[in-house]
Amino acid sequence: MVPDVTPVDVKTYYERPVLKEPTWRWYIPAYFFAGGLAAGSSLLAAGLDVRGDQRAARHARLVALPAITAGSAMLVADLGRPERFHHMLRVAKPSSPMSTGTWILAAYAPAAGVAAATDLLGRFRGARSASTWAAAALAPLVATYTAVLVADTSIPAWHDARCTLPTVFASSASAAAGGAALMLGAATGAGAPLPARRLAIGAALAESAAATAMERRLGPAVRPAYEAGPPKAWGTAAKALGVGGAAIVAAGRRRRWADALGGLLIVAGSLCERFCVVEAGKASARDPRATVAPQRARLPA
Amino acid sequence: MSLTLPPKEDAGRDPATFSGYEPAHPTRKGFFTDTSVCIGCKACEVACKTWNEVPEDGISLLGSSYDNTGMLGADTWRHVAFIEQRTAVRAPAPAPGVDARDGQGFRWLMSSDVCKHCTSAACLDVCPTGALFRTEFGTVVVQQDVCNGCGYCVPACPFGVIDQRKGDGRVWKCTLCYDRLKVGDHPACAQACPTESIQYGDVAELRRRAADRLARLHAAGVDEARLYLADEEDGVGGAGAFFLLLDDPEVYRLPPDPVTTTRDLGGAWKAAAMAAAGMVAGIAATFVKAR
Repeated sequence: MVPDVTPVDVKTYYERPVLKEPTWRWYIPAYFFAGGLAAGSSLLAAGLDVRGDQRAARHARLVALPAITAGSAMLVADLGRPERFHHMLRVAKPSSPMSTGTWILAAYAPAAGVAAATDLLGRFRGARSASTWAAAALAPLVATYTAVLVADTSIPAWHDARCTLPTVFASSASAAAGGAALMLGAATGAGAPLPARRLAIGAALAESAAATAMERRLGPAVRPAYEAGPPKAWGTAAKALGVGGAAIVAAGRRRRWADALGGLLIVAGSLCERFCVVEAGKASARDPRATVAPQRARLPA
Repeated sequence: MSLTLPPKEDAGRDPATFSGYEPAHPTRKGFFTDTSVCIGCKACEVACKTWNEVPEDGISLLGSSYDNTGMLGADTWRHVAFIEQRTAVRAPAPAPGVDARDGQGFRWLMSSDVCKHCTSAACLDVCPTGALFRTEFGTVVVQQDVCNGCGYCVPACPFGVIDQRKGDGRVWKCTLCYDRLKVGDHPACAQACPTESIQYGDVAELRRRAADRLARLHAAGVDEARLYLADEEDGVGGAGAFFLLLDDPEVYRLPPDPVTTTRDLGGAWKAAAMAAAGMVAGIAATFVKAR
């Protein structure tokens, strides 16, 4: 249980932060979004493949590959020494979610690649099927390991949300995938299949609910990270875009413009939520009270 | 094996043993920083920077007493903190005929902060390249030819020690002068400290000395003296570099009850597994035939 502390009573060292902010740039929240979009799309592709809707399954496969490729490129670009990115493959450390994630990605990205390539080639049905299912099996890990990664730090706004962040990231990934499917369906004129439509609306609402719950469950010394400045702006935008987009899709009755616009808003909402979480972590690191107050509260007086 | 949580068996508290070094490895080395005798001269900062060729990172006074480094970082591996405090006057009763001075006195707290070289080191646990490793002395060091600057160790450290160096890309921190230790020398800061506020040696011996010093301070009426990170039962398993403080840790910019984030990793993965299962179930549910 999070003790109820009054932040005002906490001593600090001239208001200086105790922790270091992550040095990650915009590439990282953008990767969280792209990886989630890819993962959700891979799951959607597998389901559509079973359902026999190969046109829509192709759309989903063709979202997953560029998304994970761009995401991986952004991960490499954010490194202080990008040319050494392969050093991630030196070790496999269960104590490091980034190491675990590296190996998850190393398996997922080729699977997504083979699934898209065989679909485009129109041949190798067996490989297309196997890789679609391999990608789908790894996709839930791709969507959620990043939440474990940020939670496995000393940043209070992240660490204290370790039980709720995975749900936020999973629903955000699902919403983005549904929204992208709606956009592609509208763009090609064929319309998106019902599962993608349901996913976009349901996951967008779930994402906003999960994010709200995640923020509310933080203790009073930690929650302010989400309540001011850039995190608040990103978070408000994420919820507005998600709920608004879902409403437009639902009310639009499958009209092309409603699917396209609603889908776009839902995808944008997913991106905004990732930036919200990362910016809140930086704000949390800068606030000495967020670190000191909960720790002081659990020590004997 | 890269997990650094010390197991509970007898031999397992020593981080070098736990990390797989042969039994003949050196005894664990560390610092006992006795802040009660620090005079704030900053010789430690200068010696460290000189020996390790650490780049200059600003020499402005920061407006908080005599602190000109602010906090530890990629380019500050020893940081002297100054805290100005009003205190109750503790002087004995004045001589007859001399006016009594009630109430407000003043004191400086001065402390040389450093990487704690934790027994359970979060930076080491999260490093995905193996650049951060445990040395045979039980210290934690970054291999600069391996680090690719992913920056994950930076938010992992509960003390805000390690950071990415601007213009270089890699992360840097105190090495406990690994190169000097290898040839039997003392770290530069301990060598330079004129009051032996920074004491270097076997951690076991330093802990005995610290307990003794604490007892003597308490006997002299300095009740606020306390040890910080000397206890193996604390959230980081105790540290190779521990302190004697004269006030709450947060006054010195130190977290009062630091815990290695790795302790909660299992719970985080469990939550992720549930969310992953929920994602699969949720997406599957969208395929249920409508009416």
